[in-house]
Amino acid sequence: MTSDPTIGEAPVQQASRVDEPTLTVRRSRAKTVRLVLGLVIIALLAVLAVRLVMNSKLNFAVIRQYMFNPSILAGVRRTIVLTVLAMAIGSLLGLLIALARTSSSVALRSVAFFYAWMFRGTPVLVQLIIWFNLALVIPRIGISIPGTSIDWSASTNVLITPFVAALLGLALNEAAYLSEIIRAGIISVDRGQSEAAAALGLRTRGIMYRVVMPQAMRAIIPPAGNELITCLKTTSLVSIISYSELLGTAQGIYSVNYDTLELLVVASIWYLVCTTLFSIGQYFVERHFGRGFALDRGARSVGIMSLFNPRRRVTS
Amino acid sequence: MTMTTTSMVELRAVRKSFGSVEVLKGVDLTVAAGEVVCLIGASGSGKTTLLRCINHLESVSSGRIVVDGTLMGYAETSKHLVELSAKRIAGQRSNIGMVFQRFNLFPHMTALENVRMAPMRVRGLSKAEGTARACELLERVGLSDRQDAYPAQLSGGQQQRVAIARALAMHPRLMLFDEPTSALDPELVGEVLAVMKKLADDGMTMVVVTHEMGFAREVADRVIFMDGGVILEQGSPADVLGNPREQRTRDFLARVG
Ligand SMILES: Nc1ncnc2c1ncn2[C@@H]1O[C@H](COP(=O)(O)OP(=O)(O)O)[C@@H](O)[C@H]1O
Ligand SMILES: [Mg+2]
Repeated sequence: MTSDPTIGEAPVQQASRVDEPTLTVRRSRAKTVRLVLGLVIIALLAVLAVRLVMNSKLNFAVIRQYMFNPSILAGVRRTIVLTVLAMAIGSLLGLLIALARTSSSVALRSVAFFYAWMFRGTPVLVQLIIWFNLALVIPRIGISIPGTSIDWSASTNVLITPFVAALLGLALNEAAYLSEIIRAGIISVDRGQSEAAAALGLRTRGIMYRVVMPQAMRAIIPPAGNELITCLKTTSLVSIISYSELLGTAQGIYSVNYDTLELLVVASIWYLVCTTLFSIGQYFVERHFGRGFALDRGARSVGIMSLFNPRRRVTS
Repeated sequence: MTMTTTSMVELRAVRKSFGSVEVLKGVDLTVAAGEVVCLIGASGSGKTTLLRCINHLESVSSGRIVVDGTLMGYAETSKHLVELSAKRIAGQRSNIGMVFQRFNLFPHMTALENVRMAPMRVRGLSKAEGTARACELLERVGLSDRQDAYPAQLSGGQQQRVAIARALAMHPRLMLFDEPTSALDPELVGEVLAVMKKLADDGMTMVVVTHEMGFAREVADRVIFMDGGVILEQGSPADVLGNPREQRTRDFLARVG
């Protein structure tokens, strides 16, 4: 049994336990078998992978050469910038749409519903091409307010560069998906929470910001992390509207030197690097918003809990 | 009991319907400052709804509720009652403490953060002031050693005591309790009732929905029996609990033991 100097047990109990044999925890047999099986499978897969790669005609020198090629790195940077901006704009707009969908105004609810219906219901590739070709239907974009000196317009072709078209397409599309994720998060929070906050005199904004959203985030982060990674990969579609992100750059290079697969491997490695980094970030964000929740569940927390709460202490 | 003439709560002909179902069917009630009123009655008789109308978590269908001299939720014009802005309603609610059956502590905040959040956000206390007030209140409910614990790390009784401290932190004039011990294991009921009794002894005006007849007998100045959305019987605990006039009150008391 464990003795805990910080909490200290009743002396009577201590005395009665002196003669008990010391018990230690041992890994069970089933667990050992599972562990060995797992290791064997991993080893077999590793051998298979190595043999596949060694026997292929991939030119590793080319892969190594292009891994840190300045154009490829610029493509990686554009891909990341596009992803981060699209997700940032998408989250903000998505939050507004989610709030509109949970609002009491029928007009707001309808607009929000229509938005999600529209942007989730059409392929993002089609949306990207439409934004890119916007000039065909709307040649000039501008604002003018009668009676004031505000009268400004510009050619759509100048305003909607490939980057702007890509960002518009991705961000507006992400907003539709994220709004549903955020809405699900908001309704997952018990109504008693906002009532308790309202009873204390908090107003709608304070209730949302201090009480509901921090808890909703727990339900929002995992699917939003998924969405981030999907968005990162979806950026590869924008090569079709002549914006040179990672895939577009790789395509540009292999259309000249014909090292097609090598460059696709380079691009894939960079995509994997990015998704891995995002996933690590997600872990920390999840941990932050898990504050106060995972405390009484799971084996991991038992050890920590035992320091706080003598009644939950595990004794042998 | 000394009856003062100033009333803390006044309900006049309060009715409340949910859709076509009328849940409160004309309730008149006056609670004096410093008085402790226990509300008893069968499940579904409208006790929770009555409490929620008092702090305007529900808006009444007709009638009026005045708390500490202020008409709750509405501004009175010559002809109509007009619902107040969200800001004004929040201001009115901040002077009324409410304790829920299921505690409703904020799970992502420690006990200390739960208690100091509203005074900081609503009353504009600095972090240091909020912390000082929260520490003082947690001490008052006997939990100064658990201020850094999250709700999930506390027992039900401890959570409810934090919830009481959280409500008290706004320095309310009136405290509403909705079956504060119903969700607790029997051995934890006493610690919560003890805190409430101390609060009553300190002169807090309290409206308490409860099934704890012992508490009602000992602490309440008045016991009110609700039935089917109306107040059927009220009086001193000795009268209502010991010698009820109405048959339905007798039936109810026989059922809850
Ligand atoms: N938000 C609501 N919508 C519809 N009906 C409700 C609502 N809240 C309460 N009721 C109904 O009102 C009646 C009284 O409920 P309540 O005030 O909770 O009673 P009590 O607290 O005495 O058990 C019940 O029949 C309940 O179903
Ligand atoms: Mg109730």
